[in-house]
Amino acid sequence: MNKKETYRKMFCAPNWNYETLLAADEVTHRIGRDDFRLKVYPNQIEIVTSEQMLDAYSLIGLPTSYPHWKFGKDFVINQSNYSKGRMGLSYEMVINSNPCISYNMENNTTCMMVLVIAHACQGHNAFFANNYFFKEWTSAESIIDYMVFARNFILKCEDEYGHEEVENILDACHALMNHGVDKYKKPQKLSAQEEIERLKKLSDVRRENYNELWRTLPKDNEINFESSAGNFPEEPEENLLYFIEKNAPTLPGWKREIIRIVRKVAQYFYPQGMTKVMNEGYATFMHYHIVNKMFEEGYLDDGFMLEFMHSHSSVLYQPPYNSKYFSGLNPYTLGFNIFMDIKRICQNPTKEDKAWMPHLIGQNWLEQVNYAMENFRDDSFLLQYLSPKVIRDMKLFSIGDYEKEKEYIIQAIHDENGYRKIREMLSEQYTRTSYVPDIQIEKVDLHKSNRIFLSHNISNGRRLHQDEAQSTIEYLHYLWEFPVTLYSKNKLGVIEDEYKKG
Amino acid sequence: MSIIIDRRKNTSGKSINNRQKFLKRIEGQIKKALPDIMSQEGIKDSKNGGAVRIPVKGLKEPAFRHDPATGNKNTVRPGNDKFTEGDRIPKPEGEGGGSGKGKGSNQPGSTEDEFSVILSRDEFLRYFFDDLELPNLVKEFMESTVDYKNRRAGYIKDSVPSRLNIKTSYQQALGRKIALQGVFEQKLKELEAALAQEKDEAKKKELEDEIELTKRQLETIPFFEDLDLRYNNFERVPLPATSAVMFCIMDVSGSMGFHEKDISKRFFTLLYLFLTKQYEKVELVFIRHHTEAKEVNEEEFFNSRESGGTIVAPSLALMKKIINERYNDNQWNIYCCQASDGDVWSDEDAAQCHKAVRDEILPSIQYMAYIEINKHERNSSLWKAYQKLQDEDKFSMRNIFEVNQIWPVFQGLFRKRNVAA
Repeated sequence: MNKKETYRKMFCAPNWNYETLLAADEVTHRIGRDDFRLKVYPNQIEIVTSEQMLDAYSLIGLPTSYPHWKFGKDFVINQSNYSKGRMGLSYEMVINSNPCISYNMENNTTCMMVLVIAHACQGHNAFFANNYFFKEWTSAESIIDYMVFARNFILKCEDEYGHEEVENILDACHALMNHGVDKYKKPQKLSAQEEIERLKKLSDVRRENYNELWRTLPKDNEINFESSAGNFPEEPEENLLYFIEKNAPTLPGWKREIIRIVRKVAQYFYPQGMTKVMNEGYATFMHYHIVNKMFEEGYLDDGFMLEFMHSHSSVLYQPPYNSKYFSGLNPYTLGFNIFMDIKRICQNPTKEDKAWMPHLIGQNWLEQVNYAMENFRDDSFLLQYLSPKVIRDMKLFSIGDYEKEKEYIIQAIHDENGYRKIREMLSEQYTRTSYVPDIQIEKVDLHKSNRIFLSHNISNGRRLHQDEAQSTIEYLHYLWEFPVTLYSKNKLGVIEDEYKKG
Repeated sequence: MSIIIDRRKNTSGKSINNRQKFLKRIEGQIKKALPDIMSQEGIKDSKNGGAVRIPVKGLKEPAFRHDPATGNKNTVRPGNDKFTEGDRIPKPEGEGGGSGKGKGSNQPGSTEDEFSVILSRDEFLRYFFDDLELPNLVKEFMESTVDYKNRRAGYIKDSVPSRLNIKTSYQQALGRKIALQGVFEQKLKELEAALAQEKDEAKKKELEDEIELTKRQLETIPFFEDLDLRYNNFERVPLPATSAVMFCIMDVSGSMGFHEKDISKRFFTLLYLFLTKQYEKVELVFIRHHTEAKEVNEEEFFNSRESGGTIVAPSLALMKKIINERYNDNQWNIYCCQASDGDVWSDEDAAQCHKAVRDEILPSIQYMAYIEINKHERNSSLWKAYQKLQDEDKFSMRNIFEVNQIWPVFQGLFRKRNVAA
């Protein structure tokens, strides 16, 4: 009892210290584990200054990254916005790694610290550790080591081949980063150690097989693809960076290695882009429950709760579409509302719920919430769990913007007719193909020119941004080192746009 | 158990390297923006060490993206307050092709975001003076090196005894001894082995003698030889003078208005900034004159008003006097910058100025710049007088009237003049 009193005193004081954080971590962890069955990675909580937070922002949250001007640009923009007061910094940032690193801002109040520890170190952490997408597509164990390896490798390349050359390769890779992800194959787990050994082996093999005679062969024979008959590649390949890394005819080894690094980073961030709503929603749901549980158990006083409710509700504020603060759907709000709704349907279903979500009726809410957290990503999660009640509460409606129409057309609103449509449209909005064009490598002309042919499948009439597509093709050409052609094809296979280089 | 780490004591600045890479990338833009910044108030702040904001356009990072103007899209929004299914809302002007505004107007996604880069004072100055090459100044700069310093430069075999380096000499001696000993010891070993096997008495005696000799030789290896001695070597390096003094001479007669003073001030500031970049220590001497010349402090120099006619020559005399009194030793690089509207009391005064500059000032200083602030077409008397000095390497003169002319003129004044030569 004595301990609880001490903790209560610590949590309700405005200033925190090392002991406060330890206590907050201990209590939230116990509640998370015992009351909400959270399985988490061990936590590593780091207290940072605002400048360090800015650094973390521009390295997209990784503690280290390879050097590139793009990160410098992000830093300069963030710094400029921050110093002008145009942008606030978040209270925390959390990294999908094991141990799970979270950065907490030094100027958080005690209440914020407790909230942030519950949010990041329990909520996000559990999400990283249990969501199937993260488990199968990223390797939390080795990402930090891998980034150290990547950094060292690129620094070495800069020394050896010059800054400019390395920068050009990275620029080109970044342009294609969205197309460097395996969406269906699960990538191998990363390991810096293995990566280094793989490189060593590769150069050993090369050294052993080196033969001066090979150099005298005519150039044409250098490319010797295994599948000689018919098309190459046999199946269209959508991972452009992977294809180039493996098949570019004359690319030197170190450039392939850099492509690989960018590809691995893209792969690592792939699940984060696809689970924003769920991830933030779940973390918010968890901090809400954990802090309330702490209050019930007597760790917190009313003053703390008032501050907590204030912060919690500001996080969840969703400005309406016509507000000047509106900047899209707030993923925290959407996710939190859906998770709360799952709980409600399990506990107090209405007639409507029984028709819409029969599988949740009468189930244990905690099991259902954790099941949803573990087995979905944003698009499937919305399709499965977005209920009419949430659509009504948020007054969701859908606007159609059709190229041929002179006016926007309201497609659906929060009524009986619209629920299903809104659910599908919202799910589609969070599908990757809605913001990353579907581009694949169709074939390579092996006989003559080594020209690589790509095709863009136009969906919903959305064509490519022409200038950008042309510049990107030029980057692709830089990597492939032979001519490149991209066709934009519509549904019927008719070519609408064509981009060429070389 | 969790780990809690306080990172606040760690240096921030993981991004410094990336920031430099980015700055390099936008170098062209920064340099382009400099003249604008020059003609704004900012320059005075940068002297005090403030940061400088430079607006730049974002660098494009192309990727395959959808053109927002094309295709059919559905977007879900929150907070419906008035719509029902099937409602139609007119698209804003420029979108959907109705208004004929052209393609650029309906692509909000492709506009480059402008933002500002904050440069520290040092960075700013580096870009600022990047293009300015001052060969004749550099030459002067080298000529003005008057002091020499002895600097250690390894060892030599021959020098005065006071510079003997005992440690290195002993190392040499030790090495020599070990090498010589080795030879004798080897020989001794062989002889002793031969002696042990030798049966013939006569030959034995012979060998013993030789052993005796070798042993003696071994003992008599000298402890030090001339060969071993090493002396500290010194070389004389010229020590460049690192201090400069800058004379600011300004006409404060009634004809100099606020505008003229403002321009002068900026010009002086610029020169000052430039000198602080070149020299460790820069002193300022302010001389103002109307009918008489007076040394004043900076505050008074720029701010207090005075009126009356103009006589220039006394200020040059005063400058000469100050140089003689305070900056006479060769430690000082002296610069002079004179600003005036060109009005003088009489042609005689102008002639005196010309003479003073040519005979007394120029020989003892590094550089003198004269700027005349007026928009007269005709040349003033002072201008005409100074024009005779045009050929002097150390002298430059320019005419300006607008604030935004300062930077180009400054560049012009200090640009490598003997490009053709």
